[in-house]
Amino acid sequence: MGLFRSTIDRVRRGLARTAGSLGGGLRSVLAGRSLDEDLIEEIEAMLIGADVGVEATAAIVDDLRADWKAGRISTGEEVLDHLKSSLKNRWEDVDRRIAVAPEAPTVILVVGVNGVGKTTSVAKIAHSLREEGRSVLLAAADTFRAGAVAQLSIWSERLGVSIVKGAQGSDPASVAYDAADAALARKVDVLLVDTAGRLHNQGDLMRQLVKIRDVIRKKIPGAPHEVLLVLDATSGQNGLVQARSFEEAVDITGVFLSKLDGTARGGIVVAIRDQLSVPVKLVGVGERPEDVEPFDPATFIDAIFE
Amino acid sequence: MFETLTERFNHTFKQLAGRGRISEENVREAMKEVRRSLLEADVNLEVVGEFCDEVTREALGSEVLKSLQPEEQMVGIVHQKLVELMGPVDSHLMMVDPGPTVVMLCGLQGTGKTTTCGKLAAFLKKRGRRVLVAGADLQRPAAVEQLRQVVEDSVASAPGDGHVAFHGEPEKCAEYGQATGVAVGVCQRALARARSERFDVLILDTAGRLHVDEDLMNELGAIDRVVQPHQRFLVVDAMTGQDAVSSAREFNQRLAVDGIILSKFDSDTRGGAALSVKKVTGAPIKFVGTGERITALEEFHPERMAGRILGMGDVVSLVEKAHEEVEEAEAERLADKMAKGQLTLNDFTKQLRMMRRMGPLKQLMGMLPGVGGALKDLDVNDKQLDRLEGIVNSMTRREREDTGVLNKSRTKRVAQGAGVPTTEVNRLVKQFGAMQKMTKQMAGLGAMGKMKAMKQMQAAGAGAMGPGGGLPGMGGRGSTRTKSVKSGFKRRKRR
Repeated sequence: MGLFRSTIDRVRRGLARTAGSLGGGLRSVLAGRSLDEDLIEEIEAMLIGADVGVEATAAIVDDLRADWKAGRISTGEEVLDHLKSSLKNRWEDVDRRIAVAPEAPTVILVVGVNGVGKTTSVAKIAHSLREEGRSVLLAAADTFRAGAVAQLSIWSERLGVSIVKGAQGSDPASVAYDAADAALARKVDVLLVDTAGRLHNQGDLMRQLVKIRDVIRKKIPGAPHEVLLVLDATSGQNGLVQARSFEEAVDITGVFLSKLDGTARGGIVVAIRDQLSVPVKLVGVGERPEDVEPFDPATFIDAIFE
Repeated sequence: MFETLTERFNHTFKQLAGRGRISEENVREAMKEVRRSLLEADVNLEVVGEFCDEVTREALGSEVLKSLQPEEQMVGIVHQKLVELMGPVDSHLMMVDPGPTVVMLCGLQGTGKTTTCGKLAAFLKKRGRRVLVAGADLQRPAAVEQLRQVVEDSVASAPGDGHVAFHGEPEKCAEYGQATGVAVGVCQRALARARSERFDVLILDTAGRLHVDEDLMNELGAIDRVVQPHQRFLVVDAMTGQDAVSSAREFNQRLAVDGIILSKFDSDTRGGAALSVKKVTGAPIKFVGTGERITALEEFHPERMAGRILGMGDVVSLVEKAHEEVEEAEAERLADKMAKGQLTLNDFTKQLRMMRRMGPLKQLMGMLPGVGGALKDLDVNDKQLDRLEGIVNSMTRREREDTGVLNKSRTKRVAQGAGVPTTEVNRLVKQFGAMQKMTKQMAGLGAMGKMKAMKQMQAAGAGAMGPGGGLPGMGGRGSTRTKSVKSGFKRRKRR
């Protein structure tokens, strides 16, 4: 099901800077060299520099070292292929499509810590769905942050998508409930619920999120069909902690990796994949509503190492 | 995750036990652990390298080699060096006379600039300043509206007799990239207004931008030239990873940043970005954002930050967190009851609830030094606490006040109500009794005595109202004590 168009070139362009710093470096480091401990150390440093994390990096490097000792690789060029395939293997056979409910509406709940770009990501998903000819309803369930409802309202106008909003400071769960109600009544294809940013270590706010989820589920059995954690590509190792906490609270089904158009490499998704097996589904590569792409590990990794 | 550097050092130095001396090689070995610890805390790779070289040099030249407890000394040196690098504390806001002093906030998207503007305004209001806050973010939808509301909040709910006003031109907002440059004019008009209306401080909220976005970085440069801010602050998300260095470097090259504000410090991040950013910009870390409230802006404490980066726990922050959640009068009442050994199950669950408002138990315990490593294999389960609460909730008021009345039939009823076997109810009662006794004893002990008592308690299994279950009482106890001591002092003064 092609819910999102895959335009590899665009991802490449978005990742060009990402690639520029790491991949370019790696390529030049590897060229014409044969594998030794020094080189392995350099590779290790690059992976860590990409926020892959100490543990995941150690696993990748150990793997590399083992194959080297076993005589399977020796030249720099072979190292590049090896790294690519070892990373690709981590992502094989995962369904990265956005779930679709057997019976409309499909409900997508968007969650994350403060400032990762949830509202912009919601706008991007709404845009893509509209492009596909699906009807979309937005729920502005971030009633906490100043201006959040106004922000999503502006997107709803720009995108020509209807919106259900509550008053600032009102109960977000009741907004979600009303939105679920409206989604059923208006027979929309997809309900997109934007939630307030919350630090994953704030117990009360996490419980509030559970309540939002449960309220939606009560109204629409089986919903939400997709719980997307928006993760900032610039985040460090705390990204893994975030993913784990949101996973425990609301069973996230996928990651939306935002802000991949900067110089950050978003390597933390490797660790998340290793430890939580929650797939990255979408990546954000700019500020405009069309700047969203399905996550394609092969492209992602190619772009990182090329 | 919370394994401390000290524990790792223990491991590194263990094989040396008995020999009493460590060699240069051992120091180097220990530095590998430091390196790993810093990297896990998201300190930038380059910065880690330089840091480790410096520390190695220092460690080799110092007394470590002769020390009997090398691991502690090594940690000391590393900690000290981190504090040095991140300090000194400087939360001074330079004011020009005549005003207005212009303060500009900039940074990547989503770091918390707008929220920080409101907090800075509140900070200045408390100090009696007249502040104008201007919205120069015309890129993100409703950013100006957000700032207006944030300013409103600082007017309405922040203490102090200063004055805060808002300047915004929301009609100038446009779709992304189309209003680039327009913000320069907004800032100029805000400055003119700040001058004519005699404000002391003008705070400029600029749009979040990628450091590689040439157009928007040029816009920032233009604002800088035209308005000539006296203070340019870079707002950095405390959860940022390795890339913190490249963005900070770029912003600093363009603007000569005067200070850093570290946001979202109330998260559980180890916060290595603080060190990275300080190192590449050389600018002091002025403030840290510690919560959603308009007053949640604090001085930066390098010692605490160093402890956090090294995974050594952050007791001070934990105590502060407890203060936020525990109401003072209630805390005092509890402390009294505890000291007298009159703590009831009612109080206990109340405290448990307060404690849990602060976050998942495992994470809270991770903030305690030394507990982190012990926790690794322990399954601290919030669900067990749920069961515990369930049992207590199934008791009558009288039973909660005095568990002694729980006879066989009452116990059976409680167990049925909570959906647990009677043995579990009995265990709770027994463990609670032990804890009650212990808290009474502990009231008379100093900090070291408490630590010892806690260890004994854990060893005796009394701490396990569910694993770690005795600790909520302890944690609350620590904070209530601080409170009651403080307010006791106040009372005495009044009399």
